[in-house]
Amino acid sequence: MLEVSNLHARVGNKEILKGINLSVKAGEVHAIMGPNGSGKSTLAAVLVGREEFDVTEGAVAFQGRDLLEMEPEERAREGVFLAFQYPVEIPGVNNAYLLKAALNEVRKHRGESQLDAMDFMAFVKERMSILKIDQDLMNRPVNEGFSGGEKKRNEIFQMAVLEPKLAIMDETDSGLDIDALRIVSNGVNAMRNAERATVIVTHYQRLLNYIVPDFVHVLSGGRIVKSGGKELALELEDKGYSWIEGATETVGS
Amino acid sequence: MATSTDSIEELANQDYKYGFVTDVEQEAIAPGLNEDTIRLISSKKQEPDWLLEWRLKAFQVWQTLTPPSWPNVTFPPVNFQDIIYYSAPKQQAKLESLDDLDPEIKATFDKLGIPLNEQKMMSGVAVDAVFDSVSVATTFKGKLADMGIIFCSFSEAVQDHPDLVRKYLGSVVPVSDNFYAALNAAVFSDGSFAYIPKGVKCPMELSTYFRINAAQTGQFERTLLVADEGATVSYLEGCTAPMRDENQLHAAVVELVALDDSTIKYSTVQNWYPGDKDGKGGIYNFVTKRGKAWTNAKITWTQVETGSAITWKYPSCILQGDNAVGEFYSVAVTNNYQQADTGTKMLHLGKNTRSTIVSKGISAGKGQNTYRGLVRIGKNAKGARNFSQCDSLLIGDQCGAHTFPYLEVRNTSSQVEHEASTSKIGEDQIFYCRQRGLSTEDAVNMIVNGFCKEVFRELPMEFAVEAQKLLGVSLEGSVG
Repeated sequence: MLEVSNLHARVGNKEILKGINLSVKAGEVHAIMGPNGSGKSTLAAVLVGREEFDVTEGAVAFQGRDLLEMEPEERAREGVFLAFQYPVEIPGVNNAYLLKAALNEVRKHRGESQLDAMDFMAFVKERMSILKIDQDLMNRPVNEGFSGGEKKRNEIFQMAVLEPKLAIMDETDSGLDIDALRIVSNGVNAMRNAERATVIVTHYQRLLNYIVPDFVHVLSGGRIVKSGGKELALELEDKGYSWIEGATETVGS
Repeated sequence: MATSTDSIEELANQDYKYGFVTDVEQEAIAPGLNEDTIRLISSKKQEPDWLLEWRLKAFQVWQTLTPPSWPNVTFPPVNFQDIIYYSAPKQQAKLESLDDLDPEIKATFDKLGIPLNEQKMMSGVAVDAVFDSVSVATTFKGKLADMGIIFCSFSEAVQDHPDLVRKYLGSVVPVSDNFYAALNAAVFSDGSFAYIPKGVKCPMELSTYFRINAAQTGQFERTLLVADEGATVSYLEGCTAPMRDENQLHAAVVELVALDDSTIKYSTVQNWYPGDKDGKGGIYNFVTKRGKAWTNAKITWTQVETGSAITWKYPSCILQGDNAVGEFYSVAVTNNYQQADTGTKMLHLGKNTRSTIVSKGISAGKGQNTYRGLVRIGKNAKGARNFSQCDSLLIGDQCGAHTFPYLEVRNTSSQVEHEASTSKIGEDQIFYCRQRGLSTEDAVNMIVNGFCKEVFRELPMEFAVEAQKLLGVSLEGSVG
């Protein structure tokens, strides 16, 4: 589904991604781990088309198409979803209104009919129950005055409504207490299926106790320096990132 | 909420769609302004002597005044001798019914979405249609008359209800008030008049639609709205003009009289031609709007200002009686080279008077947007309260937002609050919406509409939808 090959990206003059290779198939869950500043969030941002990053080399194919050629909204409509690390507040814009507009854009792109307000609410109610989202949250302005946990839950809720093919989660666990973590994880697990791929970007192993990945990759200095199964995350937790960073230097020398 | 993002997108991709010219035989007088011009206008309208005298007095006052130089706008001086002060479509002396209306004019209003056929109209809205200098049609007059409500053109009111007109004309905006108000008093040609009798709640929205058609012509209309004791009325005003390269002057006066315990809600969606992308052409909208609220009365001004090359306008409330309430909700948009200096005055005279000001200024392109507001609490206005909130939103980095709040409080038992904010539409907000599948245009529309929500919810339903669409058109091309 997603083929990243030799991806290089920079912001200004600073090269952050220095040749990423990653292959994600439908139905798989990949965890990208790494120390602060290793390029994890940059990778997520480049995949969804943030304009402050320049891709200087390499290619990304999504379902056989050149992802880097597409505008951010086209990527979204094709089924690439990012759960933001810091979801923005949009004062005065009703949460339900944004989501209905987004869902109808995605449906239009898929050649499906537009949902009116009634159909939309019926559809959404079912999804809300999975994530324990209050009706009240739907009628508040997007993320405005939400607690950290509410914002993250809202991201996962949007994902549940938009049903992406590739879900990217950027540090979704940061700032969550244990109950919120469980709710968010349950939501993600409920959405796991054979057609959907998930990429989880995280600093800590903690989230992976709840969402068990098929593959774990360790990012350091803009490259994937180690890949393995779920046990790699535990090993990292145990030995710390310095273990890997040491390895990088060995590779580099 | 009612507008889907689709239709906003459609609208965002079109230019000013009201810019056409109607080909209709016009009767116009020669350009220029002197006493004879005023006598000519007055005689064409077969006015009583007292009104001619009133006009001439205003003209004398006007000659002693100079245009205000304090607004935060720049434009070359207007030559008042180049303007045509009276232009009217030629038609039969008096319309017996709406069917007698010139089909070209009828078609014009149809095209503007204002059908003058009562069957086809939005139910619950009565319209007075003003074309250049004259009112060409008023709908639902009969139905309203059954309840004692008078709704007609100003000219008809002068003929049929002279006592009411004479009693209230100039009672809120005196002829000497300011340069443009004095000019309007001297040369005003038509406008709307409404009177709601004691205790009557007007069953439908009253509305005036202003259309400038002829070239080189100024529009100087006058609206007088009187709500007698305990009456309630909601009034809407809309306006458009053809696209022309020269600037045209629109200097209107609106007076609202809210007697004891009455309520007047006055809403405007102003969409005069704003000029082209390089700032050529467009309407100079120099308007004086003011209401006087007596004991327990309430006046609400809601305005959405998207058009005009230059807007100079301060819908105000004189809170004369005890417990009177004044409200002002405004959205003003400037894109390209548009300039707006707009706001309100809340003059608290009575005890326990209250006022609320919510102003939302949006600047894009090279637009300059100024909020100017005065809250004056007199020494007898014990216990008066005011709350003001002025928010500015910037799109791009070549526009400007300015805020000039003036507060004058002359007693110690009053409470005045002022909040202000300036923000830029964040790239992060736009990106967030795009990542959910919305186009940049839709994202900007959504964010801007969210910013304006507190004002839009004060508008009657149909107007709120119209206002949202207009914002989309006005901000076309302002991002990326």
